[in-house]
Amino acid sequence: MVCETWNDKLDAYLDGELPAGEERALGEHLQGCAACAAESLSRVQLKRAVHDAGQRFTPDPAFRARIQKNIVAKQPAHWSRFWLPVLATAMVLLIAGAITLRVNSVRRGEQQLVSELADLHVATLASSNPVDVVSTERHTVKPWFAGKIPFTFNLPELKDSPFVLMGAKVSYLNQSPGAELIFSVRQHRISVFIFQERALGSLRADDAARSGLSFNVRSWSHDGLQYFVIGDASAQDLDKLSELLKAAA
Amino acid sequence: MTAAWFTLVCVSEESLLSGSFEQLAMPHFERLYNFACWLTHDRQEAEDLVQETYAKALKGFSSFQQGTNFRAWIYKILRNAFLTSRTGLKVTATVPLDLEGDEENLPKIRETPESILLQRSDRELVQKALEQLPVAYREVLLLCEVEEMSYQEISATLSIPMGTVMSRLSRARRALRTSVQTAQVQKMQGA
Ligand SMILES: [Zn+2]
Repeated sequence: MVCETWNDKLDAYLDGELPAGEERALGEHLQGCAACAAESLSRVQLKRAVHDAGQRFTPDPAFRARIQKNIVAKQPAHWSRFWLPVLATAMVLLIAGAITLRVNSVRRGEQQLVSELADLHVATLASSNPVDVVSTERHTVKPWFAGKIPFTFNLPELKDSPFVLMGAKVSYLNQSPGAELIFSVRQHRISVFIFQERALGSLRADDAARSGLSFNVRSWSHDGLQYFVIGDASAQDLDKLSELLKAAA
Repeated sequence: MTAAWFTLVCVSEESLLSGSFEQLAMPHFERLYNFACWLTHDRQEAEDLVQETYAKALKGFSSFQQGTNFRAWIYKILRNAFLTSRTGLKVTATVPLDLEGDEENLPKIRETPESILLQRSDRELVQKALEQLPVAYREVLLLCEVEEMSYQEISATLSIPMGTVMSRLSRARRALRTSVQTAQVQKMQGA
């Protein structure tokens, strides 16, 4: 006859669910009690028998394939919960790295002027008030600059072009005021800077097209004024806007 | 760039759901089917049940709490689908399956069956005995012995307290033992 004390605990013991202290105590008891040992052997046999007999039905592989297809059909990719955060982190690092690289290369580069203008352009984009005068109308913008900058210039005709004038603001280079015009073309913003050539001082401006940084840059001089066109729009867009500005000048 | 990045994150969030669902759910496929067969006693019904389970689980996957037991979650879906199926309703109408854990409604078992000794040739006999057990006993035994779930997992799967898991398991084992014993005697007498 099985000992009364242990009878109720035998199942939990064999299922591995008994607290450590009781497990040890019952283990020791089984070594010395033939009745309890025989009973536990019988129960272990039954456990094993159910374990074996219970694994009885195997699904048709075609059925498995059907279920799998149903799941996969819902969405195509298979990114695991583990990989998404890794990927997201990598993307963030990549973007941060690109920004750092850009800033570094611009700062280190001989084109200090371009870097200054790029900073002004980025500052404008990042500003909550990107322009001092909000206008898509060139005839309002030109008079607005009167008395604010020591020169005048002509704004281009944008009709039939993909460009939209967003507004303008006064910008400073070497403490000299100049004009900054902000255009948009599709999702891109382009800044056009106009400064007097003498305001550039020791900063040198190549009359050239540059790229390879995050921004494309176009620069030329006309009638004592230096023009800069800078933005992340395509080279073709920058060229087109440059032509319109040159035509207006 | 911001817009593109946002799109990328949104798209991957979706594929993330199906990707990890497949990874979490498919390893249980064979076992779920086996369990479904034991519940329904019919392969076609078992297939329907498994299919319904996967459809429901995928649909409700967003409500599955990460860090909790996925196996218990999906077995619970299968079991609930069974209980509300035609076969399930019929089964529980004849033998009550008390979800509240009130064991009084379950069949009474002779308190102390004698120890039995089993042989390999008794496998069929055990299968038959399992088949004839009330579904409440059959499922708890299968979850414990075949799925090797912990009491905690069984408690989550069947939505019954731990104490009830233990008492139901104990009754199920006694019922099975009695049934196997009877079959052994009959087999010996017939031979
Ligand atoms: Zn003993």
